[in-house]
Amino acid sequence: MSGNPTIELENIKKIYPMGTSGVTALAGIDLTVETGEMVAIMGSSGSGKSTLLNLLGCLDRPTTGNYRLTGENVSAMTKTQLAAIRNREIGFVFQGFNLLGKMTALHNVELPLIYTGAGKSEMARRAAEALGWVGLTRFSHHLPNQLSGGQQQRVAIARALVNNPTLILADEPTGALDSRTSLEIMAVIQRLHRERGITIVIVTHEPEIAGYCQRLIRLKDGCIISDQPVNRPGDALADLARYPAAGEVNSL
Amino acid sequence: MISNNLQVAFNGLKASKMRAALTMLGIIIGVAAVIMMIAIGQGAQAQISRQITGMGANLLVVFPGAGTGAVRGAGGNVNTLTWEDGLAVAELDQVTRVAPELSTNATLSFANQTWTTQVIGTTPEMTLLKDWPPATGLFFTPDDVQTSAPVAVLGQTAADNLFPPGQDPVGAQIRINKLAFTVVGVLTPKGAALSGQDQDNIVYIPVTTAQKRLLGVKYVRLLNVQATSPESMAFVQTSIENLLHERHRLGAQAANDFTVRNMTSLLEMAESTTAIMTLLLASVAAVSLLVGGIGIMNIMLVSVTERTKEIGLRMAVGATERHIRNQFLTEALVLCLTGGILGIGLGYGGAKIISALAGWPTAVSLGSVLLATGFSAGIGIFFGYYPAKKAAALDPITALRFEN
Repeated sequence: MSGNPTIELENIKKIYPMGTSGVTALAGIDLTVETGEMVAIMGSSGSGKSTLLNLLGCLDRPTTGNYRLTGENVSAMTKTQLAAIRNREIGFVFQGFNLLGKMTALHNVELPLIYTGAGKSEMARRAAEALGWVGLTRFSHHLPNQLSGGQQQRVAIARALVNNPTLILADEPTGALDSRTSLEIMAVIQRLHRERGITIVIVTHEPEIAGYCQRLIRLKDGCIISDQPVNRPGDALADLARYPAAGEVNSL
Repeated sequence: MISNNLQVAFNGLKASKMRAALTMLGIIIGVAAVIMMIAIGQGAQAQISRQITGMGANLLVVFPGAGTGAVRGAGGNVNTLTWEDGLAVAELDQVTRVAPELSTNATLSFANQTWTTQVIGTTPEMTLLKDWPPATGLFFTPDDVQTSAPVAVLGQTAADNLFPPGQDPVGAQIRINKLAFTVVGVLTPKGAALSGQDQDNIVYIPVTTAQKRLLGVKYVRLLNVQATSPESMAFVQTSIENLLHERHRLGAQAANDFTVRNMTSLLEMAESTTAIMTLLLASVAAVSLLVGGIGIMNIMLVSVTERTKEIGLRMAVGATERHIRNQFLTEALVLCLTGGILGIGLGYGGAKIISALAGWPTAVSLGSVLLATGFSAGIGIFFGYYPAKKAAALDPITALRFEN
């Protein structure tokens, strides 16, 4: 890994063409996220946090400004190049899990590997390894609808990490889960950060979730209005241990 | 990547088996129809060629009277052709043999059994010309013709209807219109003609016997003339026309009182007719294949819309536009080719059943199989391309947010 910060945003603007003037979603963002940081982005709806996440995830390109991902200027890249960057450098975790319903957990995790050109046996091996890492080895051949919400999100996390990305972007990863399961998922994400040194950016509107990150960025009307370290970030695993036992029992 | 593409395509199709099967059905039926129609057409063509060549190879037929074919029963003109004309024609260059025909319907009787059939006066050349040897006994001889002998060669149907089973007709005395004849041979069965007429329901007797004893006339109805080769037929036709024009003492300006018809051109005409029929049948079948293709496009479009979110996700995890396009194109191609292969099987089976039921030879040619396979693959690419392109052009962000 190079000495470059994972994310460097320089005066990023995103203006959606609409009518004569256009709608400004991001009004000049400067942001640096160092490698191995775990950052939460908060903001009300319409603050531009989804737009920012899409830009960070190379799903979209800024109207103006530069985005360097591990030193590489991705704002000038073509769609095809961006697809390769997403495949290699970025893992996504979504609020709605976004698993393919007709495929087993293992095949869902294999999905990014299809586009790296990995061989069949290597795909299976790496997917099984990632599933093992999130503790779902025995659910490899289950379909998503045979899994609980927490398990599904863990499959999604396995899918995000299977290509060993430098950056994992999580868009409201606990938004569809109850509090206990949310804690479990945050514990997995913290472990991902701690054990594998992956840079993590979480978009959330729940302050408790942000409390498990190291740094909190608040957005409003397309601008960063505050950017500060989190005081004594929480430990989700420890909190989970104290959490009153509920229906689902999981060994992490 | 290709194996991955196939894997993904198969998974996609497996996910909605019923729909994939129904979509495929359109292609299956289309391909089967094309295969079957071509098989039937080519079978018919082979059948017609065989029957026409069965009438005699390199055959020219001389009819009395001018005009086209409708001379029989045309009154005064029918008696202009004689066996002596035939003998003169046989002397011409590049003529292999000549066999006259003088036919009439007559009643045959043996014991108390009677049978009405066509009796044809001819010469022994007939059996060579039609390549139609007797199965038992012999054909009558030139001597029999010379002496107007009362001898007869029966077709299989005439023999079957006149004689009880087990009795050998050869050597038996039968009566034709009350006159006594000796059966000298029975011909090998030939089957039905193109017109459906039973070619075995026939009796051959010497032409002189027919003229003098049966009908009391001096003419013949027609002359079958066999040329040495297909190339010599035009020459022979002209020679016959010149010779008979002279023999019949027609003036230089007078029209011929006979007609020479080239049976090879009849064969060519029949062949081109069946070729057109085959083309027509195959075109109709191709339309159903086209409809099947439109079905593919329809389903692929539905599939793309339904799987918008999947497409978005695949793009998010690194699929390029090309990956997505190829995925859907492969899916359409797999549908069409699988359908095509099943359709070839079904068409082949259908052609076999039709041959069995209709007693009609069908020919499934490699050409028609390749055509159908190529066509269904082409349909897959053509009708799969637009939906695949549409899928590839989706914006990953919008696609990911899509809810159905």
